[in-house]
Amino acid sequence: MITQTGLIKKIENEKKIAQENIKKQGLRVLVCTSTGCSANGALKIIEKFNELGVETGALTKEAKMSVVPTGCMGFCEKGCFVVVPDKKLAYVHVKADDVEEIFESLKNDTIVERLLYVDPALNKKVVDSSEINFYKKQTRTALMNCGHLNPESIDEAIALGAYEALVKVLEKNDPDGVITEIENSGLRGRGGGGFPTGKKWRSVSKHKGGKSYVICNGDEGDPGAFMDRSVMESDPHRLLEGMAIAAFAVGSDEAYIYVRAEYPLAVKRLQMAIDQAEEKNLLGKNILGTDFSLKIHIREGAGAFVCGESSALIASIEGERGMPRPKNIHMAECGLFKRPTLLNNVETFANVPQIIIKGADWFASMGTEKSKGTKTFALTGEVNNTGLIEVPMDTTLREIVFDIGGGIRGGKKFKAVQIGGPSGGCLTEEHLDLPMDYDALKSVGAMVGSGGLVVMNEDTCIVEVARFFMNFTKNESCGKCVPCREGTKNMLVILERIVKGQGTMEDLDKLEELAQVVQLGSLCGLGKSAPNPVLSTLKYFKDEYIAHIKDKKCPAGVCSALKTYKIKEDLCKGCTKCARNCPVGAIEGSVKNPHTINQDKCIKCGACQSGCPFKAIVTE
Amino acid sequence: MTDKKTLFINDTEVGFTDEKNVLEVARHAGINIPTLCYRPDLTFYGACRMCVVEQVGRGIQAACTLPPKEGMQIRTNTTEIRKIRKNVIELLLARHNRECTLCTKSGSCDLQKFALEYGITEIRYEKIKEEDFPKIDNSSLSISRDMSKCILCGACIRACSEFQGIGVLGFSKRGADTQIQPMAGYNLAEVDCVNCGQCVSVCPTGALTVKPNISEVMDALCDYNIKTVIQIAPSVRVALGEMFGLKPGDNSIKKIYAAAKKIGFNLVFDTNFSADLTIMEEAHEFVERVSKGENLPLFTSCCPAWVRYMELKHPDMLNHLSSAKSPQGMLSAVMKRILPKEYEGYTKENIRVVSVMPCTAKKYEANRDELLGQTDYVLTTYEFAKLIQSQGIDFDKLEEIEADSPFGTYSGGGTIFGASGGVAEAAVRTAYNMITGENLDDINIVALRGVDEHSRSKEAQIDIKGKKVKIRVVSTLVEAEKAVQEVIKGTADFQMLEVMACPGGCINGGGQPSGCKDSQTKVKRSIGLYKEDEALPIRNSHQNPDIIKLYEKYLEKPGSELAHKLLHTTFSNKKTGSYTDFSK
Repeated sequence: MITQTGLIKKIENEKKIAQENIKKQGLRVLVCTSTGCSANGALKIIEKFNELGVETGALTKEAKMSVVPTGCMGFCEKGCFVVVPDKKLAYVHVKADDVEEIFESLKNDTIVERLLYVDPALNKKVVDSSEINFYKKQTRTALMNCGHLNPESIDEAIALGAYEALVKVLEKNDPDGVITEIENSGLRGRGGGGFPTGKKWRSVSKHKGGKSYVICNGDEGDPGAFMDRSVMESDPHRLLEGMAIAAFAVGSDEAYIYVRAEYPLAVKRLQMAIDQAEEKNLLGKNILGTDFSLKIHIREGAGAFVCGESSALIASIEGERGMPRPKNIHMAECGLFKRPTLLNNVETFANVPQIIIKGADWFASMGTEKSKGTKTFALTGEVNNTGLIEVPMDTTLREIVFDIGGGIRGGKKFKAVQIGGPSGGCLTEEHLDLPMDYDALKSVGAMVGSGGLVVMNEDTCIVEVARFFMNFTKNESCGKCVPCREGTKNMLVILERIVKGQGTMEDLDKLEELAQVVQLGSLCGLGKSAPNPVLSTLKYFKDEYIAHIKDKKCPAGVCSALKTYKIKEDLCKGCTKCARNCPVGAIEGSVKNPHTINQDKCIKCGACQSGCPFKAIVTE
Repeated sequence: MTDKKTLFINDTEVGFTDEKNVLEVARHAGINIPTLCYRPDLTFYGACRMCVVEQVGRGIQAACTLPPKEGMQIRTNTTEIRKIRKNVIELLLARHNRECTLCTKSGSCDLQKFALEYGITEIRYEKIKEEDFPKIDNSSLSISRDMSKCILCGACIRACSEFQGIGVLGFSKRGADTQIQPMAGYNLAEVDCVNCGQCVSVCPTGALTVKPNISEVMDALCDYNIKTVIQIAPSVRVALGEMFGLKPGDNSIKKIYAAAKKIGFNLVFDTNFSADLTIMEEAHEFVERVSKGENLPLFTSCCPAWVRYMELKHPDMLNHLSSAKSPQGMLSAVMKRILPKEYEGYTKENIRVVSVMPCTAKKYEANRDELLGQTDYVLTTYEFAKLIQSQGIDFDKLEEIEADSPFGTYSGGGTIFGASGGVAEAAVRTAYNMITGENLDDINIVALRGVDEHSRSKEAQIDIKGKKVKIRVVSTLVEAEKAVQEVIKGTADFQMLEVMACPGGCINGGGQPSGCKDSQTKVKRSIGLYKEDEALPIRNSHQNPDIIKLYEKYLEKPGSELAHKLLHTTFSNKKTGSYTDFSK
């Protein structure tokens, strides 16, 4: 082994130069250009700044003010998001038209009050951006630099400490020690399974000697989950560094990042990052003069959910149809191209550099006894603050929904949270004080999964939610094993019957029986977890299922087939608008007299209700 | 030797050695765990989930992909397991064309069998409608595809790619819409299918079946103006009996003759005779090529799937193929030419030749342009057994008889044609004699024998009076392609290449009663053939008295002008080119 000394000094020197260059940019105005904010016009904001003479942050430019396009800042609800770190300022819902005003105020050291974030609980404008409750309760490890740097510039990443961890392990040259550190940190797989990462690395390293591979699973497919995309788009070097440390530890010199083709920005930025890192010899052949080499390839997946399953992902990289394979031989021994393979997901790798820098103890000090560190969640649904968050794993559901999320939108009542996407389960009011920990969630029939959190209020029909997720898994089943292929299809058929009010109590028994068969009998994790949404909603909301079946009623008033439209006699003025709007002529009545709906003809389209000027039409 | 280890199945101690999975351990111990997608000679797939068992402490597992471990506790029958199995059957039946009475596979369909065994009497799930059944693909000369009966176990796909390396079948679409089909929606006749029938052999249901010819044969039998003659292929004798309770490898050829006579065939002959004839021509050709140093190595050409493979994939190398017809082709041609001279009332026009073959590709071969009109109908072993059953013949009670003359006598060399390596062994026996005028001291060329998965490529070197000749024997087209690549690269050191497309040769052909559930079936069948070879008074093709007579009376000598006209054929480029139209 060629060892090198002085590597740490070298990277520290690079860091110093990069930091000085950043200082030359003067006042940095950060604009979130993640996929979401870009769709909201973030690129126009940058253009506008440019028009005003504010240059887009380039490290060598000497300027008094620069605008820096960054990756995702997480607070998607409030995009476009513009942050001025030096002034602790954060502006929300910014439009291109606001830029001039922001520009002037920054010059004059004033504040654009109307663009400040308003705390929904206190109904107060927040001037100091560090006081925004959405961020206050978060602890960011994997997302640490997301939104703080220009992801297309390796110098900005180095200025914030990128590759220090890699250099540290290279200089120390103790691969086993690296694995021990990861083991001691208690880091577990962030892709959903929660397998101890160090243990995985250890078992791959036992097969050292020949060719082996490291794979990063970036095939984020859960509806609503976008934490991996954010890391890849916003801080790609953190991922590359984590992978390089892993490859060094297990003795591999070739790696693949498997990204969905639906993430073109991630693909572009990863490729840019790889090229830049290779140019600086932080990746590629004989990294920084040592005999550790690493070639990282990007493989684009065609968007099949099942390709996030490890063996299907490997089949896909090998050029085969993405179908899971039986796992009678461990991947650590026989994985990609029949060679020992280490596979972790994006977020797992993104945690690695900080563990190396700050130590296993620091990481293990966060979280619960068996779930250490922090976890990202994509918080969506009926909360005030939706977005991407990262919290210690002992954070409770209540803290996430009511503190970070700012509570339920419109003052409605909290009903449930669907956690872990289509493979996860639902949590109810009784679970609000549960920590977001692998084992705690598993014990109540849910799972961390990739970290999707969909918050539901009293207006959500739980049977419809189960139907929605079952439709997803049914469509995404690869078709290989019988329980998943046929079972999910028939579960969906039953759920569709129930939401249409055509279900029977026998259907409910069949649904439970099928759920059990699919759960126990399926070949891969996708199939085994496919019935989770049904099983957990049946467990906590069986009454709602029964209401659909026996009373032919949807308690949340969502399932259109079970709605009955009625005209309130006292409110109806007999304007005849509803009768004219009705596409099937189901509404009868004469002018200036209350109308009635013929229920036999009504197709429950809701056209009458939305058109009624007197709000006289109600649903039951 | 591997150490003997033990595990527990249903609390009973069971020993195991090198079994690859718990399923095989259980089967060896006499517990038959049900399977649909499991085929021991193919990749373990784990898709049907019928073989689920409980591993105490680890929960439900598929036995086919579970490696046995010392002390493991396995339960094969629990409430949960039964529930999974019953639901798997029920879910499959819900999307299945359940017109079992109209299905040629009825009685030998695994899905039907399990439905009965598990007492499925109703289907509680949404049933597929008849109008949603996919269209039947009858384009192939050998194989019929009815996807309304497909359970998507993928065995056909694996067989096509793992045995033959062709991969004409594949999955399309996903989830419940998944289908198995030839590439890009083409039908089977339009793609590079070689008609080997291994897909049919491994199919657990009636989705893939052999194109039937029984009714045409019955029409001929019922027409008293027609003379029906039948020939029985070497490997049929050790497999057909399985349909009547005999064990694999039990030789029932004399009962098969008797059955044919009972059914009404006018004359019964044995393809073993023409296998001897093939050896005469092929060995002659080999000796000639070796002396001239031309077109070596010689590739055998009796396997029609292999011939089609060469025409599709390596049309520039057809000169390597022996021009000798296959035994089926030779006997049909000879019969149509010579029977009218030997038997009164037989004319070229009124003879109908029916051949019973272990092979689906023989149906294709009989319809090749070069051979059309010689073999009239080809029945597979399975079909012929079905025909015997349908005629109410009690196979058990049949009295053994001899085949008719003049094509009834055969040597051991003809018999062993049915196993991979047999053609080469018989050819060497005769070629040695043609060169030296003497017979080999030991005519058993053991190195070329063996039909299991470890014997798909074999070699032997023969010393012919100081001249060393190397023979390569392969079965499966995957192994054949490797040998062809050696020839292309110039690294091949063998002078003769015997190829059988089916793993283990004709004894494991696509037309045999399916032996795919037990790797040993083909081994036992081959033992039956070598046993007959051992027991026959004549074991060299060139010593077969009827062969000698045939040459004396009609054909003059191997390679003569008439022999060439009757017994040799030609091949042509059948390369399909690239499939550019994906719009289908």
